[in-house]
Amino acid sequence: MAIKDKLSGNEAVAIAMRQIDPDVVAAFPITPSTEVPQYFSQFVANGQVHTEFVAVESEHSAMSACIGAEAAGARTMTATSSQGLALMWEMLYIAASLHLPIVMSVINRALSGPINIHNDHSDSMGARDSGWIQLYCEDNQEAYDNLIQAVRIAEHKDVQLPVMVCFDGFITSHAVENIELIEDEKVKAFVGEYKPGYHLLNKDNPIALGPLDMPAFYFEHKRAQAECMQNAKKVIMEVAQEFEKLTGRKYGFFEEYRMDDAEVAVVVLNSTAGTAKTVVNELRDQGIKAGLIKPRVFRPFPFEEIGKALSGLKAVAVMDKAESFSTAGGPLFAEIRSAMFDYAKDTKAINYIYGLGGRDVRADEIKLVYQDLIDIARTGQVKSTFNYLGIRE
Amino acid sequence: MAAYNLKTLTDKPERLTGGHRMCAGCGAPIVVRTVLRALKPEDHAVVGTATGCLEVSTCIYPYTAWKDSFIHSAFENAAATVSGAEAAYRAMSRTGKVNGTTKFIAFGGDGGTYDIGFQSLSGAMERGHDMVYVCYDNEAYMNTGIQRSSSTPKYADTTTSPAGSDIPGKVQFKKDLTMVMAAHNIPYVAQSAPFRNMRDLYEKAEKAIYTPGPAFLNVMAPCPRGWRYNTPQLMEVVRLAIDSCVWPLYEVIEGKFVLNYKPRKKIPVVDYLKPQGRFRHLFTKENEGLLEELQQEVDRRWNRLLELCGEA
Repeated sequence: MAIKDKLSGNEAVAIAMRQIDPDVVAAFPITPSTEVPQYFSQFVANGQVHTEFVAVESEHSAMSACIGAEAAGARTMTATSSQGLALMWEMLYIAASLHLPIVMSVINRALSGPINIHNDHSDSMGARDSGWIQLYCEDNQEAYDNLIQAVRIAEHKDVQLPVMVCFDGFITSHAVENIELIEDEKVKAFVGEYKPGYHLLNKDNPIALGPLDMPAFYFEHKRAQAECMQNAKKVIMEVAQEFEKLTGRKYGFFEEYRMDDAEVAVVVLNSTAGTAKTVVNELRDQGIKAGLIKPRVFRPFPFEEIGKALSGLKAVAVMDKAESFSTAGGPLFAEIRSAMFDYAKDTKAINYIYGLGGRDVRADEIKLVYQDLIDIARTGQVKSTFNYLGIRE
Repeated sequence: MAAYNLKTLTDKPERLTGGHRMCAGCGAPIVVRTVLRALKPEDHAVVGTATGCLEVSTCIYPYTAWKDSFIHSAFENAAATVSGAEAAYRAMSRTGKVNGTTKFIAFGGDGGTYDIGFQSLSGAMERGHDMVYVCYDNEAYMNTGIQRSSSTPKYADTTTSPAGSDIPGKVQFKKDLTMVMAAHNIPYVAQSAPFRNMRDLYEKAEKAIYTPGPAFLNVMAPCPRGWRYNTPQLMEVVRLAIDSCVWPLYEVIEGKFVLNYKPRKKIPVVDYLKPQGRFRHLFTKENEGLLEELQQEVDRRWNRLLELCGEA
């Protein structure tokens, strides 16, 4: 029987980590992810896990220690936010290129400057090309479920890549919501024992990691990394199916909400999808064929699947909680629109950047986005492709 | 401890094989081979290096000169990376997933240790990992082409502290990292060099590796390119550094300072500076005062060390 509880997102992922019982956790405090290592170090202090907890002196060292630990064959986890992720940047690429299946919770927070502790997605969006798999979560339940699945995805022999599980700072990390936990022994059975093929502690087969790679080999090594990312698509779906058998909760590349006969849709990540769903329901009550797509997997990007899901629609608004300063829309928009070029050419697409630095986004504001889509659907005319929502101009 | 015999010890299998691409006359591979020789043959090692000459010359895909397990990740984090591997060893020893003894050794140049890797080093030592950090100190960023570091001695000519008509090389004195590490109050800190029959370095490496908890070795490793001496003079340059008390050999065992070598006759600092091209500009009439200043600072630091070691 599943265990019903009321937990914040941070508590939920800390509990998932206790159930996974990794060999090593190396972490450094940063708001709003700090509670994750706090709760977890209490589990260590109480002897509830066998983990070696390494309280490092920076996030750069957190990721470096995770790299050393995972290379030594340890199942390794960490958590961070914002500047912490930024300080790890160099090491994110190295973790991925060394094919080390580290699992990290990224509790999304705006990047400095100006300094701001509240939620947007500029941190993890900046790391989107680092070679990490990225899973996004609407609420505490998804954060918990995705973290458990992330271990299986990362460690799969055809993948062997690190995974970041991203959820919204404060909104998800600190708000307490109902949640269904899985029994400890079922989580342990689901993630299984970590059996790395090669590792530093095997004295019978010493290995060398992190060589200087010259032009004769570097390109092939990056290509091999891309191949693992390609393989991850299949593995993510297989793990989701197995997880559904265990819990009844269904996961895919993205969630389609009331999309069956939709004519207009919003594409939005994480907690804002919850707000947007209530707007969809209201519009549906008024007879408007509105839907929503909430990407879960951003890396690898489900190019074909999401492109096809948007085909046949009249208009789509992609909402980005990160500014890319490209002057051509946010990072999610760039990718979605690229997919639409192949699979949904006749669908109009617009971008809204919203909620930077934790600016609240309300249902009435999301309604404005749908209204814009309804107008485009009716007239076939796009007045403005690149837009900002809820801002004083 | 059995009597030290270099001939017998060099019969041990090499753990850093020949064929690597370090320069002739470079101190670093000699330091590494001597440190690794202090491992018991039956013990496995995880060796980590900071980015630098040592890394890019010993592990070029698809080759490696390292017989033990080896990891390089970046420039500033050899200590943190190896500390993670050591944490893995602790956790996995508890669960019985790994057996036998593995020792953890990180190597970094002075750039990766005194400067960019200093925070990572300080953190790993403070946390008490059972590991050894070895700085092979060649007193500049040699891999990128001889730029000054905080380890570069005063008035040395480097590519970012060039000797010019107005400024005679680096204007700051060398950071005393060994003392900084001693202030961490870790079980073992030592300063050494490839000197004479390598006994000093070998025995310190053995103590560092087999003392439980963190240990730090700061080892002079001259660079013929940066210091501009003739490659066969490597050992002689080290001897001059030690006999002039520019680079004293000492250790700090559980906080207690021990002087390991006191020159019978302390030679002038200029004798050490003279064979090195990086100090050539100092040997002019108008720069005599600078040489005197260097001598005074060496004397000051040496006398302070003698006090700490109870030898004053």
